[in-house]
Amino acid sequence: MKGLTRRGSGLGIGTRRPWGTAPHEDRPGRPPGSLLLALVLACASLMVLDHGADGGPVDALRSGVGTVVGPAQSVTAAAVRPLVTLPDTVRDRRTLQAQLSALEEENASLREQVRTDPYDRERLARLEGLTTTARDLGQTLVPARVVGLGPAQSFSATVTIDAGSDAGVQPDQTVVDADGLVGRVLRTTATTATVLLVVDPDSTVGGRIAETMELGFLSGRGNLGGGARLDLELVDQRLVPDRGDTVLTWGSSGAGPYVAGVPVGAVTRVYESLRDGSKRVVVDPFVDFSELDVVGVVVPSGTRGDRGVVEADGSIR
Amino acid sequence: MSGRVAAAVAAGVAVLVALVLQTSVLPHLAWHGVAPDLVLVVVVAVALTRGAHTGTVVGFAAGVLVDLAPPADHVAGRWALALMLVGYVAGRVAEDRAARGTGVLGTLAVVAACSFLGSSVFALTGLLLGDAGTVDGIAGLLGVVATGVVLDVLVTPLVMPLVTRALERREPERLAVR
Repeated sequence: MKGLTRRGSGLGIGTRRPWGTAPHEDRPGRPPGSLLLALVLACASLMVLDHGADGGPVDALRSGVGTVVGPAQSVTAAAVRPLVTLPDTVRDRRTLQAQLSALEEENASLREQVRTDPYDRERLARLEGLTTTARDLGQTLVPARVVGLGPAQSFSATVTIDAGSDAGVQPDQTVVDADGLVGRVLRTTATTATVLLVVDPDSTVGGRIAETMELGFLSGRGNLGGGARLDLELVDQRLVPDRGDTVLTWGSSGAGPYVAGVPVGAVTRVYESLRDGSKRVVVDPFVDFSELDVVGVVVPSGTRGDRGVVEADGSIR
Repeated sequence: MSGRVAAAVAAGVAVLVALVLQTSVLPHLAWHGVAPDLVLVVVVAVALTRGAHTGTVVGFAAGVLVDLAPPADHVAGRWALALMLVGYVAGRVAEDRAARGTGVLGTLAVVAACSFLGSSVFALTGLLLGDAGTVDGIAGLLGVVATGVVLDVLVTPLVMPLVTRALERREPERLAVR
C-alpha cells in the first residue's frame, strides 16, 4: 500500500505503464532496495560461511556444482584439445619431425581408448625413476589430465583434473608430473578434482636440499607463466645452498599431503639481507606450470578406480 | 509471463555456457594468464538488455556459480558480490541509454567500465578478507585488471549480439523502458 502511494505521488498517473512493473517499484526495471540489500547480505553470508575451516556447507555446494560442471568441462576440453594443438601440427608438417609427432599423437589417442596409454606410462615411469632414486619409495599413481585452469583474475593458482573420487583420488594427495611436484588435491567430485599448485601463495611444502639434506619450507610466489618461482626458507639460516642444488619434498610417508622425495626444483639465486641476517633462496620449479597436461595423483597402493592405475613397479592395472 | 521464464532460461543457459568455456577453452587464448571474463560480459549483456533488476539477480546467480565451480578456490561470495554490482551498474546505465539512444562505442565503454569494476571489487574483497592470493602489489593488480578490461572489450562483439538477440526474441515488448 505504501509503495502505491509513493508511486502515485512521485510519477503521476500519466506515466504509469501497465506491464512489467511490480506494484512496489517506483521505477520500472530497477531493483527494489530490499532486493539489493538481500543479495548483498547473501554475498556476505556466503563469505562468512566459507571463510572458516574446511568442510562447511559451502564445500558441499562446491562439490555439487563441481559434479554438474566438471563433466561439461571435461567434454569441452576434450573437444578443444585437437584445435589447440593444430597450429603445432600444421607448422611442423613440412619437416620430417611433423610426421613423427603426428604419429605419436595418433598413437597416444588410440592407446588412450584402451586405457593403457604407453605415452603416459613412459612419462609416469620416468617419474617413478625420479621418485625412487630420491628415496627408495614406490608410489602408485592415477593418471589424469588438466581440463580447467583458473584465470589470473582470481589470483590463485588452481587447476581442475579429470580424475575424481571414482578414480580413487582423495583430498590432500600429492599431484606430480614427469618433471616433478605439481601440487596437492584440495577437493574432489566424482569425476574431477581441484589441485592447488605449489606456486600458489597459499601453498607451503616441506623441502629438502638433496645435496646436503638441509630442511626448509617452500612457498609459492604466484605467477604461473615462465617466471614461476618458489621461495625456500631454510630451517638453519646459516647455511647457504649452492646454485643448481636440487630441492625435494621431505613430507611424511603415508600421512600426506606431500609424499617424500618428489623433485620440486633447482636453486637459482640466494638473496641475503645483511641487516637481519635472513636469507631468501629462490627455487626454479622443474614443472612448467603454464603447460601442464598429463599429471599423476599419488594414491595408496592397491587403489581401484574407473581407470588404469600405474603401480610402483611401472605395471598398469 | 512465459516470455519472462523463457528469457530467464536463456540467461541461465548463456551463463552456464560462458562458465564452461571460460574454464576449459579460454585458458588456451589467455595472454599472460589473463583470460577474457565471458561470464562478466554475459551479465553486462543481460543487464543492458533487461535492466537493472534482472541484471542484479542474474549477476548474483552467475557470481555464485563462478565462486563454486571448479577450479575456483577463493572465499565464495566474492564474485557474487562483484558480478551483482556489475549487473546493477550496467542496468542503471541501460536506463539512461534508453533515453539517449545506443551506440557500439557506448556498449564497449560500459563493458570496459564494468570489467574494471568487477575485477576491482573482486580483488578488493580478497584484500579485505585476507584471501588475496597472488595479488602482487597495486601495480601488478592494475596490470591484470587492465589486461582483463582489454580482453573483455575484445570478446564483447562476439558475445553481446548473441545474448541480446536471445533475450530480445523471447519478449519483444520489453522495449520502450522510457
